[in-house]
Amino acid sequence: MSRTATYAAPRSAWYMARHRFLRHRLAVGSALFLLLIAFLSVAAPMFEAARGLDGNQVNLFARFQLPSADAWLGRDELGRDVFQRLLQGGQVSLLVGLVTAFCAALIGTIIGLIAGYHGGWLDAFLMRCTDSVIALPLLPLLIVMSALDLNKLGLPVVITESENISLYRIIFLVALVGWTTVARLVRGATLSLRERDFVIAAQSQGASAFRIMKVHILPNLMSPIIVATTLSVGNIILLESVLSFLGLGIQPPLPSWGNLLTNAQELVSTAPWLAIYPGITIIATVAAFNFLGDGLQDALDPRAS
Amino acid sequence: MFTYLTGRLVQSVTVLTVMSFAIYWLMGLMPGDPIDLMISANPELTSEDSSRLRALHGLDVPVVERYWNWLTAALGGDLGFSRLHAKPVLGVIIPALGNTVILLGSSFVFSILIAIPMGVFAAARQNTRLDYAINLFSFLAISVPSFWLALLMISLFSVTLGLLPAGGTETIGVDSLADKAKFLLLPVATLTLLSLGSQARFTRAEMIQILRQDYIRTARSKGVPESGVIFRHALRNAFIPVVTIIALDFGYLFSGALTIEIVFAFPGMGKLIFDAIMGNDFNLAMVALLFATTMTLAGNLIADLAYCALDPRITYGTRAP
Repeated sequence: MSRTATYAAPRSAWYMARHRFLRHRLAVGSALFLLLIAFLSVAAPMFEAARGLDGNQVNLFARFQLPSADAWLGRDELGRDVFQRLLQGGQVSLLVGLVTAFCAALIGTIIGLIAGYHGGWLDAFLMRCTDSVIALPLLPLLIVMSALDLNKLGLPVVITESENISLYRIIFLVALVGWTTVARLVRGATLSLRERDFVIAAQSQGASAFRIMKVHILPNLMSPIIVATTLSVGNIILLESVLSFLGLGIQPPLPSWGNLLTNAQELVSTAPWLAIYPGITIIATVAAFNFLGDGLQDALDPRAS
Repeated sequence: MFTYLTGRLVQSVTVLTVMSFAIYWLMGLMPGDPIDLMISANPELTSEDSSRLRALHGLDVPVVERYWNWLTAALGGDLGFSRLHAKPVLGVIIPALGNTVILLGSSFVFSILIAIPMGVFAAARQNTRLDYAINLFSFLAISVPSFWLALLMISLFSVTLGLLPAGGTETIGVDSLADKAKFLLLPVATLTLLSLGSQARFTRAEMIQILRQDYIRTARSKGVPESGVIFRHALRNAFIPVVTIIALDFGYLFSGALTIEIVFAFPGMGKLIFDAIMGNDFNLAMVALLFATTMTLAGNLIADLAYCALDPRITYGTRAP
């Protein structure tokens, strides 16, 4: 028997990460749940076709109908099928959450990389900006920015009159304020990475700053960025729901989980279930993103937890 | 210490100045026009009249010049007049500010009193059922939409049980402290519940980190009972960072308070700002937003300075990244 056979074969870092992640049962469950929600939302048109109904169709004779075999979760104040509305809202809410989190992470990564790698006055300036954004009362400012008259900003009419303008606007606004966590994280890690031997080796070979950041620093930062981005999706979905509840987020007829609750305050005493379903869906989804982020942190970045 | 303090102060004032211009500029981009609002009650005014009014009120000049005029007037004590409330702006803001301070202050105290023991027990009984239960609760608390929890509380305690009022600050005609407290109970409870999750999680993480330290092992090996280790050795060291880091979340707390004030019709700063923006009350919205910004900036500054002052391991000016 050869000597090496007594040792287990070396495992790759990804194998170890996957192994650690799969041990985190709550995170695995959350991932499956999110996949299910995403699948159902994307498949909403197929459900419509299969059940032979139209989610947007108003039926005033069936207002506030209780759940039945015909309408699985009942009907809303305009007689629309609640289950179908939830699925359509899921398309928008998940899209907003994922796209915004990605954009915010992108901005944060660029700012953090520049600040951490360049150092000096630029680092000081960018980090003071980051601290300042963190210290601002974000929700009141988001409310002001959501209420702006886009025509006065001089944006082309093609954009301001677009049917999905509220969708673009919320993604833009939340990304504009949501990059700070990733920026701090990336900056801190870049500061220590740029002193490492492999970076100095690359520098001595004449690699450009851009190349060093792209090839040598960024790949080492992917784990914390992925974790922070996953954790931020939940917060963004919450923020979307608050803004839509206040009437400033996603505008009807486009449904989102938040604006399904716009009338919830009036409905709480008459038809509470109409407020319960979207609320439960939001909690479950946001909690699942948080659990998933937690599990990913344990798996990808075991020292941080 | 002195240079660090002045540096932080200069930074806060700079941010406030930049924000005041940004908010002023944003106000000009809101739908609706102050002159249109003024003349909407009088259909006989012609467009010449409205341009004359525009010049009279200094609205026909570039935004930088308008901002400068506003700033000099504001620094001279003239903050303008609220259109919705028909009162000087400051007279509207001061009572609202008082209400928000009561709401934020009491939920801050309650949530710390509950969250810190939760975090401590979870850390002391790490990986037991209790720890999992506290963790699950914390995750749910950070995942619930603020307005939805507020509506649920109203639905349960006001509509179904009829125990507590659903909104407002006092019964008209009754002027007693007990009555006011009854109206505060639901908003404070909701805001407390919302803040518990992240605070308990943070306390737990900090405690676990401290329980791994060498001096804890020393204390245990000396024969200090476990309760003494947890409360006297670990919690004492965790307390300061926990409270200050929680206080650094002031902006987040303020945002949570905004939705709660709106749902409970509680006349604080958040509801004031929202109503001012929705009602085209530009003067009021401008000043109220600046007050809110000043509040969160000051809250952050105080928490940050307290953190540095109370923890000797942190040196001024060269904070670790």
